Amino acid sequence: MKETIQNVIEKYNRDRNRLMDILIAIQNMHQHIPEDAVSIIADQLGISKVDVKQTITFYHFFTLTPVGEYAVYLNDSAVANIKGRAEVVQAFEDELGIPFNSVTTDGLIGIWDTADIGMNDQEPAALINGTVFTNLTSEKVKSLITGMRAGKDMLELMRVIDAELDGPELLSTMVKNNIRQKGAVLFSDAYEVGYALRQAINRTPVEVVDEVKRSNLRGRGGAGFPAGLKWDFCRQSRGEEVYVVCNADEGEPGTFKDRVILTELPKLLFEGMAIAGYAIGAKQGIVYLRYEYRYMLEYLESILQELRELNLLGKNIAGKAGFDFDIRIQLGAGAYVCGEETALIESMEGKRGEPRNRPPFPVQTGYLNKPTVVNNVETLCSVVQVITEGAEWFKSFGTSDSSGTKLLSISGDCKNPGIYAVEWGVTIQKLMRRTGANNVQAVQIGGPSGICIGPDQFDRGIAFEDLATGGSVIFISEERDLLKDFVLNFMNFFIEESCGSCGPCRSLNVILRNKLLKILDGNGVEQDIDELYKWAGVGRSVNRCGLGQTAANPILTTIENFRHLYEDLVQMNESFVSAFDMESAVAESCEVVGREPNLSR
Amino acid sequence: MSKKILATTSLAGCFGCHMSFLDIDERILELIELVEFNKSPIDDIKTFTKECDIGLIEGGCCNSENIEVLKEFRKHCKILVSVGECAIMGGLPALRNGISIKECLEEAYLNGPTVGENTEKIMPNDPELPMLLDKVYPCHEIVKIDYFLPGCAPRADLIWNALVALVTGNELELPYEVVKFD
Repeated sequence: MKETIQNVIEKYNRDRNRLMDILIAIQNMHQHIPEDAVSIIADQLGISKVDVKQTITFYHFFTLTPVGEYAVYLNDSAVANIKGRAEVVQAFEDELGIPFNSVTTDGLIGIWDTADIGMNDQEPAALINGTVFTNLTSEKVKSLITGMRAGKDMLELMRVIDAELDGPELLSTMVKNNIRQKGAVLFSDAYEVGYALRQAINRTPVEVVDEVKRSNLRGRGGAGFPAGLKWDFCRQSRGEEVYVVCNADEGEPGTFKDRVILTELPKLLFEGMAIAGYAIGAKQGIVYLRYEYRYMLEYLESILQELRELNLLGKNIAGKAGFDFDIRIQLGAGAYVCGEETALIESMEGKRGEPRNRPPFPVQTGYLNKPTVVNNVETLCSVVQVITEGAEWFKSFGTSDSSGTKLLSISGDCKNPGIYAVEWGVTIQKLMRRTGANNVQAVQIGGPSGICIGPDQFDRGIAFEDLATGGSVIFISEERDLLKDFVLNFMNFFIEESCGSCGPCRSLNVILRNKLLKILDGNGVEQDIDELYKWAGVGRSVNRCGLGQTAANPILTTIENFRHLYEDLVQMNESFVSAFDMESAVAESCEVVGREPNLSR
Repeated sequence: MSKKILATTSLAGCFGCHMSFLDIDERILELIELVEFNKSPIDDIKTFTKECDIGLIEGGCCNSENIEVLKEFRKHCKILVSVGECAIMGGLPALRNGISIKECLEEAYLNGPTVGENTEKIMPNDPELPMLLDKVYPCHEIVKIDYFLPGCAPRADLIWNALVALVTGNELELPYEVVKFD
């Protein structure tokens, strides 16, 4: 073992900043990171064992104990649950005779919960050793388990359940792209590889930045910061070494647009990164790819190679002397908070993905403390079209504050879940008609960190100035229990994904979830609703990053828009209800010491 | 104006909040002009003999007796105040909440390094003893609590200011020095 670990460390030049890659390789080899490996890594990288361990324990897909030769990670998103996850869980547990989040005694199969894996339009879905299995049923689970027991590889396992495979050979996958509506900016047939890049290098970098600024292109990840301004700030930092980072860590439950872009239009993305590199003077671009999309890695690497062969990456790109730019792909390891740009940078440096204090901003002090532009996948793709067609053309789509188009990942209770390229400003009603969503009780816009609205607001539009979203739209029909199926699931998600750095995020979300449970269990009073609302508002001002600031949104926005659902559950005329039950509270201690509980008083 | 009647108790606490209460020093002479003590360790009255205006609760609930006492306080006091970290959040005793009660008892009575001879492996099981709860509960999960005075322990000035405000009906003064915790 020592030798193989040594080889991995050598492969990454004993670079402390590549700890993520080292750990990913070892985890894949041994299905966990053995204690011995921790010592060797610490020794070789010149860091303490605690440094190694704190990175390991931060990420969902790194473990200190084996996760099984076949590690099954079943998505636990709200939409997975309404699409029949319980049946799949039951089938796994029955067939294997173990509860979830454990491994069979022979160490062959482990079954684990995991946060949204970006497959909301084809749930229930799971990752098995990094390969995606979608639309699972109890029947398919039985076949998969038989296959795993027979030692089949991933391709064979997909065959076992008669999966239809899509895509080029290096990306043989059963994941469907479900592009339901193409747009002028993305998925238009007009895209010609390399055209925009050649246009860009015929201009000065400042002219390229100005064109992007004029287009009013705003960040597509959710926050909506103007992309051109960000590039300009980075240029003003005047670093000798600067970086372009593509944020492909789309972890917001309900978003899967980046997955589809990466599958369908990787060249568009990489070209966008090269243009950004030219504009800010970077030689290195890095794609931070969420671990859940690891199945695309080989395919994406092959595309990068293709672009190098076309001289669209590498040295003296497209014949422009001195314009050198290349891209590498950095895998994450399962942490929602790494979608926050400073946490993402920490992660790229091999550390725990804890957001940094800002300022300084990444454009001043980013990756390896050098000025860094972090852009979303879709933003970088839009840049290509801005350069090709011009800022005015781009601004002809959308609204005045939100120019261009937006990719929406639509899922939940509708006939045609999938990807829709729409112009900003499109109303919820229109989306409902297009996607075949009927009897809609609520729409969750922007994922759990966004807002939940009811029918009286369905005439509102998707735009930064109205309903802002990074792309997730989830329809929730009348038959769902909004508070239990969605709000509770979302709160559990944030509790699991909080990095734990800020006290109010670490603790308050648990307190809020427990109060919500009290209400769901019928032990709430009206004051509990008021307190929930009041306390939930605190997180916004006292937490460092977007996760902590928005984690209470599921509760805040449902109390605002669906207060009656809470009121139906609480005991309106009581001032206090205790959920405490003496009999169950003393049962265990009495049994342990060997006495009869005395409950007479 | 007749004196307000005050009761106090320490449940699963360390009596530190009561010690802090005593840190009001000579103001205790002013206090007895304002209030009359009933059930409290301060005057050692063990059971309620009057209906009270204010009850101060130190400590959370770790056993069945804590629950009974707390419910008694709720029954006999118009206003209940959780005083200090343990009453409000469970405090130090609640550190056991992540560990099973079985493990806690075995560590305390069978396996711990300070356990002497216990060849018969006996754990306290006399029916007279309070029964341990599965976890330590903050007071407001058991009964309605009207006010909370944070701190470990809350400063004497905070307890004093709060009591004076409750007794006189004036607004509570909360200068920064009184509620900062570092």
